[in-house]
Amino acid sequence: MPERGSRPAERRPRSSRSAALFGGDGADALPQTLAAQIVQFGEELRGEGVAVGTSELLDAFGALGEIAWTEPTAFRETLATTLAKSPDDRRVFDLVFDRFFFRAAEIAAVREGVRDAGAAGAPGEAEGELDPETLREQIARMIAAGDEAALRDLARLAIAAFGRHAEGSGVIGVDVQRIRRQLGLRTDPQPQLADGDPRRDGLPRDGLRRFEQLLREELERRQIQRTEQLPPARPLNELDRALPSSPLADLASVHRVTRQLKRRLKTQGAERRGHKRHAHVDVRRTMRASLETGGVPVVLKYRPTRPRRPEIFVVCDVSTSVTSASVFFLSVLHALHDSFRKMRSFVFIERISEVTELFEQERDFKAVSEAIGRNAGVADVSGYTDYGRVWRELRNLIEDELHPRATLIVLGDARTNGRDPAADVFGQIAAKAGRTYWLNPEPRLYWNYGDSVIAAYEQHCEAFECWTAAHLEEFVKALTQPDAARG
Amino acid sequence: MNDLPASVDDLEEGLRSVGYLADEAAALVAFLAARLGKPVLVEGPAGVGKTQLAKSLAETLGRDLVRLQCYEGLDEAKALYEWNYRKQLLRIQAEGEGAGWQEVQDDIFGAEFLLERPLLAAIRSERPVVLLIDEIDKTDQEFEAMLLELLSDFQITIPELGRIEARTMPVVLLTSNNTRELTEALKRRCLYLWIDYPGPEHELAIVRLHTPELDERIARRLVEVVAMVRELDLKKPPSIAESIDWARALLLLGARDIDAETFRRTMSIIVKHRTDLDLVAERVGVKLAAPEEALGAGARE
Repeated sequence: MPERGSRPAERRPRSSRSAALFGGDGADALPQTLAAQIVQFGEELRGEGVAVGTSELLDAFGALGEIAWTEPTAFRETLATTLAKSPDDRRVFDLVFDRFFFRAAEIAAVREGVRDAGAAGAPGEAEGELDPETLREQIARMIAAGDEAALRDLARLAIAAFGRHAEGSGVIGVDVQRIRRQLGLRTDPQPQLADGDPRRDGLPRDGLRRFEQLLREELERRQIQRTEQLPPARPLNELDRALPSSPLADLASVHRVTRQLKRRLKTQGAERRGHKRHAHVDVRRTMRASLETGGVPVVLKYRPTRPRRPEIFVVCDVSTSVTSASVFFLSVLHALHDSFRKMRSFVFIERISEVTELFEQERDFKAVSEAIGRNAGVADVSGYTDYGRVWRELRNLIEDELHPRATLIVLGDARTNGRDPAADVFGQIAAKAGRTYWLNPEPRLYWNYGDSVIAAYEQHCEAFECWTAAHLEEFVKALTQPDAARG
Repeated sequence: MNDLPASVDDLEEGLRSVGYLADEAAALVAFLAARLGKPVLVEGPAGVGKTQLAKSLAETLGRDLVRLQCYEGLDEAKALYEWNYRKQLLRIQAEGEGAGWQEVQDDIFGAEFLLERPLLAAIRSERPVVLLIDEIDKTDQEFEAMLLELLSDFQITIPELGRIEARTMPVVLLTSNNTRELTEALKRRCLYLWIDYPGPEHELAIVRLHTPELDERIARRLVEVVAMVRELDLKKPPSIAESIDWARALLLLGARDIDAETFRRTMSIIVKHRTDLDLVAERVGVKLAAPEEALGAGARE
């Protein structure tokens, strides 16, 4: 297993690789291998939740026949326009596309025996000559300048200089971060450096991310060449497509999710009402009616069906540990308020305060969130969540109003900052409510680590992880299912 | 149909010649739409040239543009066809007593009594057209469902007349501002194109194309400022058309540079809400003030 270390810069490998993948060049009809690749690509997109049907794939084939698909951009855009049909899908598409075709080209290159010219005699050649500090500075300069081609070469050099010569850690993401740290690439300003050094003012975030991506590609390429097989196709890193967390810019997309949610809340309820046709016979009234017909129950009297009118209590954590999530949660709260008439909502950090009226008066989401931040009475001494206190206060507030038809939803990360979780008090509240749900903005992986005590609360409620729109939808399904409520 | 573009580059060139600078994706999708005969769903923020793309495409291909502007409550009678009741009534009265039921019925439900609405007009047109269904997201889902037959088979079924098939293949563009999620069924039948605000270089090229007389330095500054304004959380961010308008205005005023004063006087061209105006003046106007002296001094020398 020779380490195919530092290759000197050459511009050609891409095209020879694509030729290997596409099986010859200039053919008019789509070659079999490519068709199979595209079908597989469609599979992978489906795996990521993009709705790719057979008709979409057929469109893609039809479209590829019309264009010069050996050109990378045209190829990509053609697939995108036929397969990805919303901005979200497009984002996933781009991620999957990069990964899939990069790997496909690599493995094809290995199988076909395409080697980069000049690579053969080169291993280890550059390592001795590189001065790490020059390399650091050059990379920083190129990141600042955004020179893609130069960065690709520098990524190779960086791996040669800083990557461990053998296998690395085995996890590409770890290696990428290690190399980045060793290169001293940071986005924050480093004023101790000399004037004119691009690192002095901090590097642009996008450029740095692009460089990391190149590093990752390069490392992956090596891995494929070393092992001569594809690494397992892992699902996309969930965080790549998680809920948008920077508040202002992405508010719109949060809103789109909640609008969808609103529609679903409405239609799903109706759908289920339609399905439940059977009714219960009211024996008493039937007997009384039967008197008219001499005691023979000719006319059946039914018990009137009462539509389920959900009564919802929402308790939302707005402390700093969930800052990014709370914008999202507040807009969920906002949407819920539109859909359910009988609803009371509370926000809490150290103490709890009711914001139902605020939501009812104010239609504009931004105004609501500002008002909550300003004067919703959650002004606290420490700014740390105190779940124990919150539960006791909540119990006092709503105990008398809870009944088996009520639903309690808690939005929070269950991080108590070491304080008493008072799970028993929460249990009392949950016992009085019909259903209790907990939406946790943290991945399940982090639950019960550190000061998270979600396990203690989970005994009394159903806990959902909720940090993507998909999670939210799952939860909404559970919420609108009347049958789940029984018991 | 011999007027189809031969390649993506041809179409891009054609669009440029009528004053529309399409980016690669837009040109490609338009090309595919024309070649494959599939409708295109164009989405993106307001004012990035979605509607203009359809207009320019029609001009490039030398076709008529049939436009259906959607709005809430739009129904078949306004979009597809309607029977001309008055004319039918007149016909029945003119007939008098003699005619039989069948005869009259056959007669008054003929093509002569049909009022064409945009969709039917596009289908029945002798010459190929470009059909623009604008702001499809404003209609309700029922209307979307009604469009499906038209979009996948280019035909319309009128109960009394039977099926009307397209004589020529129209190029169909649907635009949406993404105010609501469109149904999967509609999306499946369409190619998808997302147009976003153009990058600075692209927008500069667009502005320069429309106002070639404007000094390049000012045009560049203008694009930068517009990008800055779009960054803010505005009710209505400036569109490309407004950038062009602003460029024209600056040209008319003979502005030498975009300094704080010029900006204050002309910003109502790109910002059109009371609250937005305040926000922009506060954030962007202030930023402009500083370079004004530096640049002003430089210009005077």
